[in-house]
Amino acid sequence: MAENKGLAPAAGDSHDFEHDYSAGLAVIAADKIADPGLEPHRVRMTDKSKKHERTANNQVAAWFFVSIIGSIAAIVFYFVFPISDDLGTVHNNTFFVGVSIALGMLAIGLGAVHWAKTLMPDAEVAEARHQTRGSEDVRARAVEIVNLANQESGFSRRKLIRRSLYGALALFPLPGIVLFKDMTVDPNPTGTLRHTMWTKGARLTTDPTGTPIKASDVTIGSVFHVIPEGLNERPDMLEQKAKAAVLLVRLDPADVHSQKELDWGYQGIVAYSKICTHVGCPVALYEQHTHHLLCPCHQSTFDLANDCEVVFGPASRPLPQLQITVDAEGYLIAKGDFSEPVGPSFWERTA
Amino acid sequence: MSNATATAKKGGFLAGTANYLDERVGVAGILKEFGRKIFPDHWSFMLGEVALYSFLVLLLSGTFLTFFFQPAMTSVIYDGVYGPLKGAEMSIAYKSALDISFEVRGGLLMRQLHHWAALLFVAAAGLHMMRVFFTGAFRKPREINWVVGFALFVLAMAGGFTGYSLPDDLLSGNGLRIIDGMIKGVPVIGAYISSMLFGGEFPGEHIVARLYSLHILLIPAFILIFIVIHLFMVVIHKHTHYSGPGRRDDNVVGYPLMPVYVAKAGGFFFVVFGVLMLVAATATINPIWLYGGYDPSPVSAGTQPDWYIGFADGALRLAPTHLEVVTGPYTWSWNILLPILVLVVFMAVVAFYPFFEAWVTGDKREHHVLDRPRNAPTRTAIGAAGMTFYAVLWAGASTDLIATHFLLSLNNVLTTLQISLIVLPIVAFLITKRVCLSLQRKDREIVLHGRETGRIIRLPHGEYQEVHAAIDEHEMYKLVDFIDHQPTVARPNKQGKITMAARMRASLSRFYFEDRVAPVGAIELAAAHEHHAHHEVAAEAHEAPAAVEAPKKATRAPRKPKA
Repeated sequence: MAENKGLAPAAGDSHDFEHDYSAGLAVIAADKIADPGLEPHRVRMTDKSKKHERTANNQVAAWFFVSIIGSIAAIVFYFVFPISDDLGTVHNNTFFVGVSIALGMLAIGLGAVHWAKTLMPDAEVAEARHQTRGSEDVRARAVEIVNLANQESGFSRRKLIRRSLYGALALFPLPGIVLFKDMTVDPNPTGTLRHTMWTKGARLTTDPTGTPIKASDVTIGSVFHVIPEGLNERPDMLEQKAKAAVLLVRLDPADVHSQKELDWGYQGIVAYSKICTHVGCPVALYEQHTHHLLCPCHQSTFDLANDCEVVFGPASRPLPQLQITVDAEGYLIAKGDFSEPVGPSFWERTA
Repeated sequence: MSNATATAKKGGFLAGTANYLDERVGVAGILKEFGRKIFPDHWSFMLGEVALYSFLVLLLSGTFLTFFFQPAMTSVIYDGVYGPLKGAEMSIAYKSALDISFEVRGGLLMRQLHHWAALLFVAAAGLHMMRVFFTGAFRKPREINWVVGFALFVLAMAGGFTGYSLPDDLLSGNGLRIIDGMIKGVPVIGAYISSMLFGGEFPGEHIVARLYSLHILLIPAFILIFIVIHLFMVVIHKHTHYSGPGRRDDNVVGYPLMPVYVAKAGGFFFVVFGVLMLVAATATINPIWLYGGYDPSPVSAGTQPDWYIGFADGALRLAPTHLEVVTGPYTWSWNILLPILVLVVFMAVVAFYPFFEAWVTGDKREHHVLDRPRNAPTRTAIGAAGMTFYAVLWAGASTDLIATHFLLSLNNVLTTLQISLIVLPIVAFLITKRVCLSLQRKDREIVLHGRETGRIIRLPHGEYQEVHAAIDEHEMYKLVDFIDHQPTVARPNKQGKITMAARMRASLSRFYFEDRVAPVGAIELAAAHEHHAHHEVAAEAHEAPAAVEAPKKATRAPRKPKA
């Protein structure tokens, strides 16, 4: 490689760039220590010893043989370890097939790198690098081409064409954007967010079985994960559940600081929306002795004994409470829907 | 019969093929141009390669997965081989992800390979970005390539998140729930955007299919295009090299593409692929069968997003309580907007840093020789501050786990991190800058007085001295070849006015370059050598070794007037 050899170690920063740029705040030292040029090449054992060269040669080939064995083994193992109902077979198949494919590939890589490092030339060479900007000739020609194109098309001269083109180009993507409107079929998303499945008289049932809950079954300190009666039969079950999920707890009325909370509950049994007012995770962790509800996603903490006010974490609003009572048979029922939208805040929430 | 055909005949099959290709696609010209292209060698240049190869692994393993995965959210009853979920109601997407894991040979292997490769892709891209930042490789002419790389990093995270959400398991569903909540918090359009994304109410029956289109088509296509642009620019600029003897801005020192880099980089592809395959075969990742299908009601404590989403989740967690503001009928969810704003500003600072630094230094030259991080103390300190900021956000995503593992109060962990988010980056900045300056002074010491040998000698009059050995000129050049900047003052413009921008640039230049250690110059070195010679001849202790401490404001020879 002739052009790489014979690099003259230039002193200082001297270069043959066509264009000079300002160095800005960089200090151009007059007495910069001279560049001694590339380090002398260090001869490797494989360069000077036939024996070492032969060893390296065999090592590289050995790696490639290992790879061949690995790849063949992978195919064999694929058939030797079929998978069945026994999950242990999945483990075996994954392990043996995977490890042998890995061997097949790693060995190629290690062989190739070993080849490059021991047997291919390892003397560093230098190649000239040119400024990214085109030479003055090239730049002049580029400007000429643009001017010519402008002149031939009359792009600058023909104002009407140019401006109407801008208008057309600005408008043409809009229909494409409008086409995406039907990504939602909901004409009034903010309206939908305001209501849940809860209606007057709907029984509170257990999640996920849908068994009605008797007030007498709810003992102090126990927690029920609650869904509205009939949820499991709904075609939009998940969407409804994402709004209607409720947490039911019986508190000792003496512990509760809010009269409204007791009024909206039934004999100390209170029902709160389980959907966090931060970003909507289920607030599923209940700490009995502090009466705190904790959201496992971002640790917003709500005080169940005080209207579920936020006591910690990024949430801002208390969890909405569901008004409940019992029906003639003693089952817990809702007095109606939540009095405010549940879940994360949205722009028009209080509208 | 032409000469070429004659040669082809003589050379056999290989030459024949080469001739065939050259006459149709001009392969000889391509080989002449690129075959002996020089690439510099350094371990840190492999980080970008790791990212590239991980992406190739993602394409291959991802293609396999698409043959079996069904991105539909229609509800079905599971009747597959995994006992604990038999009879459970779940989406087709989740069921097909389970079937890939348990009923397709190599399916679990490919799922795990895909997931591990994604984790490595983002990690390697991030480390590569840090390498580029701390060595100043983003300087002219590579500023735009930095932005392209930044876009790739963001796309990598987007690819990761959309893929992570596809199996429709409990964990990923909760991730989507959080995204939905964040979108709803956006003023004016939030609820509408959410409704459009989910095709109605959350979770709906569309989101998995929509994310699937993004994940297997749009995002990889963009990543591919940006990788092509990224590498195309590397070809145009040629790769940077570290400073050292013979390495200059007008050359590139290294090994030729053929054969050395074909073997090394080609081999390295197999190493990366092989290591990922080994990990996929032996280490479980995202065991979706343990979580169950998505249901908006249950959730397990201590769940974590994939690592690269952690900083965003942490930002959400660190927001203080009661930030929401209601003005009339409208709600400003600052508990969501503030974290988003912090993340956007942080990312914007990262994306545009090269332009900012270029404006401060006013250096319009091309730079192809990399800085050692210590030789750009303020930049390195800014990078350390940014990393610390990111790390605190990242730790924020694990407040609950930190609290439970170390038996700490969750409240205290959170408050500590909130304070740390502001204080620690400043501390990191100050410490890093001092460390860099000290390292630079140490380099000066070594250049001027040689390396400490550890050999102590006693002089005739009783003084003990440590013998210093002079260092090789090549080694020395590594320590003196760096760019030194000095602060500027605000100067009036042509109208005699000192503009705001000039003032700002002057104070920023002081912030950057007031504390500086200049490289050793030839005159200074000669003086030091003379002093040593004198010392040895006299063999007397009469004075402390001169100029041990480099002056804070470096003294130097007068500047050469600019041509």
